[in-house]
Amino acid sequence: MLGSLWIIPLLPLTGFVLNLLLGWLKARKSVVNVVGIGSVGLATIATYWAIIDYLGQPAKVVVEHYFTWISAGKITVNAAFQFDPLTVVMVAFVTFVGFLIHVYSIGYMHGESDTSYARFFAYLNLFMFSMLILVFGSSLPLMFVGWEGVGLCSYLLIGFYFDDEYCAASGKKAFIANRVGDVGFLLGIFATFAIFGSADFTTFLPAAAAHPQQYAGWATAIGLLLFVGAVGKSAQIPLYVWLPDAMAGPTPVSALIHAATMVTAGVYMVVRCNVIYRIGPAALLVVAIVGGITALYAATIGMAQNDIKKVLAYSTISQLGYMFLGAGVGAFSAAIFHVVTHAFFKALLFLGAGSVIHACSGNQDMRTMGGLKKIMPTTYWTFMAATLAISGIFPFAGFFSKDEILGKTFAAGASNLNGFGWVYYILWFLGIAAAFITAFYMFRLVYMTFHGEFRGTEEEKHHLHESPWTMTLPLQVLGVLSIVGGLIGIPKLMTGHASWNLIEHFLDPVVIPLGGGHAGEMAAEISHHAVSPGVEWLLLLISLSIAISGILVARSFYYGERAFEKPRQFAERYPLLYKLVLNKYYVDEIYGAVVIQPLYRIFRFCWKAIDAVIIDGILVNGSAFMTELTGDILRFLQTGNVRNYALSVAMGVLLLIVILW
Amino acid sequence: MHIEHLLTFVTLGPAAGALILTLIPGRLERIQRWAALLISLVEFALSTLLWVNFNPDVAGFQLQTAKIPWIPQLGISYHLGIDGISLLLVLLTTLLIPVVILASWHSISEHVKAFHMSLLMLTTAMIGAFLALDVFLFYIFWELMLIPMYFIIGVWGGPRRIYAAVKFFIYTMVGSVLMLVGILYLAWFSHAQSHVWSFAYSDLLRAGHQLPMGHSFFSSPQMLVFAAFALAFAIKVPMFPFHTWLPDAHTEAPTGGSIILAGVLLKLGTYGFLRYNRVLFPAAWHAFVPLILTLAVIGILYGAWVALVQPDMKRLVAYSSVSHLGFVMLGLAAGTIASTQGAVLQMVNHGLSTGALFLLVGVLYERRHTRMIADFGGIAKVVPVYTGLFLLVTLSSIGLPGLNGFVGEFLILAGTWHRYPVAAILAAFGLIFGAIYMLWMVQRVFWNPFAHKENVSLKDVNLREVLAVAPLIIFIVWIGVHPTTFLSPMEAAVRSLLMH
Repeated sequence: MLGSLWIIPLLPLTGFVLNLLLGWLKARKSVVNVVGIGSVGLATIATYWAIIDYLGQPAKVVVEHYFTWISAGKITVNAAFQFDPLTVVMVAFVTFVGFLIHVYSIGYMHGESDTSYARFFAYLNLFMFSMLILVFGSSLPLMFVGWEGVGLCSYLLIGFYFDDEYCAASGKKAFIANRVGDVGFLLGIFATFAIFGSADFTTFLPAAAAHPQQYAGWATAIGLLLFVGAVGKSAQIPLYVWLPDAMAGPTPVSALIHAATMVTAGVYMVVRCNVIYRIGPAALLVVAIVGGITALYAATIGMAQNDIKKVLAYSTISQLGYMFLGAGVGAFSAAIFHVVTHAFFKALLFLGAGSVIHACSGNQDMRTMGGLKKIMPTTYWTFMAATLAISGIFPFAGFFSKDEILGKTFAAGASNLNGFGWVYYILWFLGIAAAFITAFYMFRLVYMTFHGEFRGTEEEKHHLHESPWTMTLPLQVLGVLSIVGGLIGIPKLMTGHASWNLIEHFLDPVVIPLGGGHAGEMAAEISHHAVSPGVEWLLLLISLSIAISGILVARSFYYGERAFEKPRQFAERYPLLYKLVLNKYYVDEIYGAVVIQPLYRIFRFCWKAIDAVIIDGILVNGSAFMTELTGDILRFLQTGNVRNYALSVAMGVLLLIVILW
Repeated sequence: MHIEHLLTFVTLGPAAGALILTLIPGRLERIQRWAALLISLVEFALSTLLWVNFNPDVAGFQLQTAKIPWIPQLGISYHLGIDGISLLLVLLTTLLIPVVILASWHSISEHVKAFHMSLLMLTTAMIGAFLALDVFLFYIFWELMLIPMYFIIGVWGGPRRIYAAVKFFIYTMVGSVLMLVGILYLAWFSHAQSHVWSFAYSDLLRAGHQLPMGHSFFSSPQMLVFAAFALAFAIKVPMFPFHTWLPDAHTEAPTGGSIILAGVLLKLGTYGFLRYNRVLFPAAWHAFVPLILTLAVIGILYGAWVALVQPDMKRLVAYSSVSHLGFVMLGLAAGTIASTQGAVLQMVNHGLSTGALFLLVGVLYERRHTRMIADFGGIAKVVPVYTGLFLLVTLSSIGLPGLNGFVGEFLILAGTWHRYPVAAILAAFGLIFGAIYMLWMVQRVFWNPFAHKENVSLKDVNLREVLAVAPLIIFIVWIGVHPTTFLSPMEAAVRSLLMH
C-alpha cells in the first residue's frame, strides 16, 4: 500500500460521491451503510497495510509525488503525500476511531429519513477524506486543503439540522471563526514561501533547522501566524467560541470532528512544524501560554454547565489547551500522545453522552437525568473508564499523557527554557489547577447523569433503554483503549528504560536536531537532568492526589442523600461569580457588542452613506445633474430670435473695439 | 480553412451568426433560440481549435491574421493575434455564451431574435477587443460592446432598466472618450517619432515607452496618457470609487446580461490594465502602483463590507464582484509572476463563479419573481439539488481549496506578499468577509426554518438549468484540482509581459 497512498483518501471520497447519489435516489439505509461504512472500513485496512509496509522498510520519511498542483513564478505546490512516524500515529487513530464512529452512527441516526441518512454519511465520508489529506499532505498548502476541507464538513455537519436556526447559525459561526484563523495560516504559508522558497515539509524544515540563528526572526513570525490558524481550528482563546455551539451537530459528529480528530489538527500542525517553533522561542512561548490559560479557563466554564454535551465541549477545549501546553514546552511527542489518548477517551465520552441522549429522547439537560447506571450498564461502565482516563487516574490512558505534559512543563521551568523559566512554572500551576477542575466537572457529570434517581418525566422514564449493539460495541472498544491506551507511553521513571516509552521513541525522528550551534547561554530544549527522579515522583503524586481530591469534592457535592445542596449554597453565597461562570464569562455577548454590532453599523454606513449618498448621489448623479443644469441655463441663450443674436453680435463687436483700443 | 483565418472566424463568427438570425421570421422564437444555441456551440467548438493550435512555449502573439489595411492613410489596419492571456479569456467568453442562451430560454420572452442578435454581436465585440493587435481596432470593438449591452439592459431589464442602462452607457462612455484622446495622442507621438502613421500595437508600444515622464503629473505625457487609459479601464473593472454603476446595471439586467457583464465585460477592464497600461507605459505604471494597490485593497474590503449588508441577492453578488476584482487588480499591481498569473486565472475564476451565481439567482427569480433574501428561508428542503449547486458555487466563490477560487487568490496573495506584504495582509482579511457575506446569505436563503408559504411549491432545477450550470461547475472543479492545465499556457506570455 505504501507507494499508492492516494488510494486511502480516495476511498472515502468515492463514498461521499456515491452517498450523495444515493441520497438523491432515496436509496435504503442498508445501501448507504455499505457505501459509507465500507469505504471508511477499506480505508482503515489500507492505512494499516501501509503502516505495516512502512515499518518493514528502512526510510524514515516516505514522500509520494503525484503531480504538480500549482506552479507559477516562485510558487510551486506539489500534490504529494508524506508518510513518517507522525503521519503513522495520526492516521492510525484517525481511521480507526473514524471507522468506529461511522459504525456507531448506524444506530444513532437510524431515525432519520433515508435522504438525510445518506446526506449524513456523505458528509462524514467527505470529512474522512479531508482529514486524511490534512494528515498526509507533504506541504503547508496541501495541509491547508485538508484544513479547510474539514472546516467545510464541520460547517455542514453542525448545520445538519439546517431548518433549525440555531444549528444553521452555529455552523456558520464555526466556519467564520475558523476562517479568521485560516487567514493567519495562509499568511504563514506566504511568509514560508517568501523566506524558504518552498513550503514542503522536507524542504523548509531541514533548511530552518540547519541555520537556526539566521531564521530565528522569521521563524517566530511564521510560527505565530501558523498558530493563529491552530487557535481557530483547535478552539483556543480567543477563537474557541465556535466549539461549544458546534455541539448543535449530531453527537457522532461531536465525537469524531469536535473531539477526536479535527480539533487536534492544530496540535498536529505545531508538532509537524516543531523546528519553526524551536528556533523561534517567542512563538513557542505563546503556544504554551495560550494552551495553559485555555486549559484552565475552559475547565472553569465546564464546572457550571448543565448541558451534557456543553460540559464535554468545554472539556475538549481545556484538553486541547493541555496539548498546546505540551507542544509549547517542546514536549512534542507528549502533545501527540495526549492527542491519541484524548481521541480514545473523549470520543468515548461523546459517544457515551450520545447513548444517554438517545435514551433520554433527545434531552441533553443533566438536571433532568440521573440514575441511568442501572438502565444502561454498558454505557455507564465504559463512560466511567473514559472519565477516569480524562481525570488522570492511574493507570488509565489519560494519566500517562497528561502527567507527561505537566512533568515536562515543570521541567521547562526547572531548565529555564529560553530564559522563560518562571512563566513555565506558572503554567505548570495552571495545568495542575485545571487537572483538579477536570476531575471535578467530569465526576459532577457522572453523578448527575448516572447516579441518584431519574429526574425526568414519567414518559421519558418509560422510554429509557440501553442502546443497540452498533452503538455499544464502539463504546466497548474505546473503553478498552481508554484503559490500556496509555501503555504506549510509559515514562522512563517507572521502568528505567527510555525505550519503553514507545510513542516518544517512535516519534523521535520527527523532531529534527538543530544545527549550526544554537549559541547563547539559554537552554533551547528541556534538559533531561533538570528534574531529579525524586522530584518527578513527587510531581506524579501531586497530580494524582489533585485528581483524586477533585473527584472527592464532586462526590460531596453531587452524590448521595445531600446531593446538590452544597452547590446551591455556593451559588447563593457567591451569586455574581456563579452567574459569571454559568454564562461563560459573557464572552459571546462581549464579542457581539464589541466586534459584531459595531462592524455591522460601519458596513451599513459604507453602503447607505458612502456608497449611496457620497459616491453615487453627489459625485456620479451630481455631475449628471450639473450637466443638465448647465444645459438648462445655457438654453436661455438659444432663444431662436434673430434680433437677440444680432444684439449679441453687436455687443461683441463693441466689446472687441473697446478692448483693442 | 487556413490556420491564419482561425482568429477571424472566431471573432466574426458570432456576428455572422447574428446575420443568419435575421433570416428567421420573427414569430419562430423556438427556432431562433435553437439556432442561437447552435451558433454559440459552433463558436465554442471553433475556439477549442485555438487551444489545440496554440503553442504554450511561445511568448508573443500567435495565430496572427494577415494585416489588412483598413484606413491606410492613418495606418489603421485589421490585425488579430492571441497569446496565453487572451486565449483563456476568449475561451471563457465562448464558454459563457451557450450558458447565457440556456439561462435565457424562458426568462427572455419578448423580442427573442433581437436579444440573441445583441448577444452574438456582443460576443464578436468582446472577442475582438481581446484579440485586436491594432489599438484603433481595439477601440472600435471596445465601443461596439456598449451598444448591445445597452440594449440588453434597457430592453430586457427590470423595472429601473432605463436608468441603469443610461448610467452604464454614459459612465463607460466618459472613460472611453478619454481613452480615445489618449490613443490619438499616442499615435500622433508615434508619428512624430517615426514619421509614419500607425496604430499597430507594436508601434504604439514603442511610442508609449518613449513618452517622457516629466516632473509632475500634469507635465508628464506618459502619466497623462496612462491616466486616460486607466480611467476607462478602472470604470470597466470597476475599481473603487468608480463602481456604483455596477450594482444598478446588474440588478436591472436580465440574468443572461448579468452573466455576460460579470463574466466577461468586467474582465476587459482588468485585461486592458494588463495589456495596455502595464505594457505600454511601464514607467508611469510603476509610479501609479501605490495608488492601484491602495484602491485594490479598498475595493476588496469595501466591496465585501457593502455586500454584507445587501438585502437583495443580486446586488450582493454585484458588490462581491467589486471585491473579487479587487483581488485581480492587486495581483496585477504587485506584478510578480505568481501574482500576475494568479490575477489572470482569477479573471477566469470570477467569470465562472460569479457567472454561475447570477445564473442560479436567476433560476430562483424566474420562479418567485423576487431576489430579496428575506423572501426565502429554509428552501433547502424543497429544492435540494438547487441548494447543492448553489452551495458548491458559493464555496468556489469564497475560495475553498480544491475549487477554482482558491488557486487564484492563493497565487495573487502569495505573489503579492513577496513585494508588498502589508497589502497582502490587508487583502487577506477580505477572505474572512467573503465567507461571512456568502454564508450568511446561504443561511438566510437555504437554511433556517421554512419561512414563507409561497415557497412550498418551488420547483427544483430542471434539466435545462442543470445543463446550463454544468459546464461552469466542470471548470470550477477542474481549475481547482488541476490548475496547471490553465496556468502553463499563459506562463510564457506573463513572463514576457512583465519584462517591460
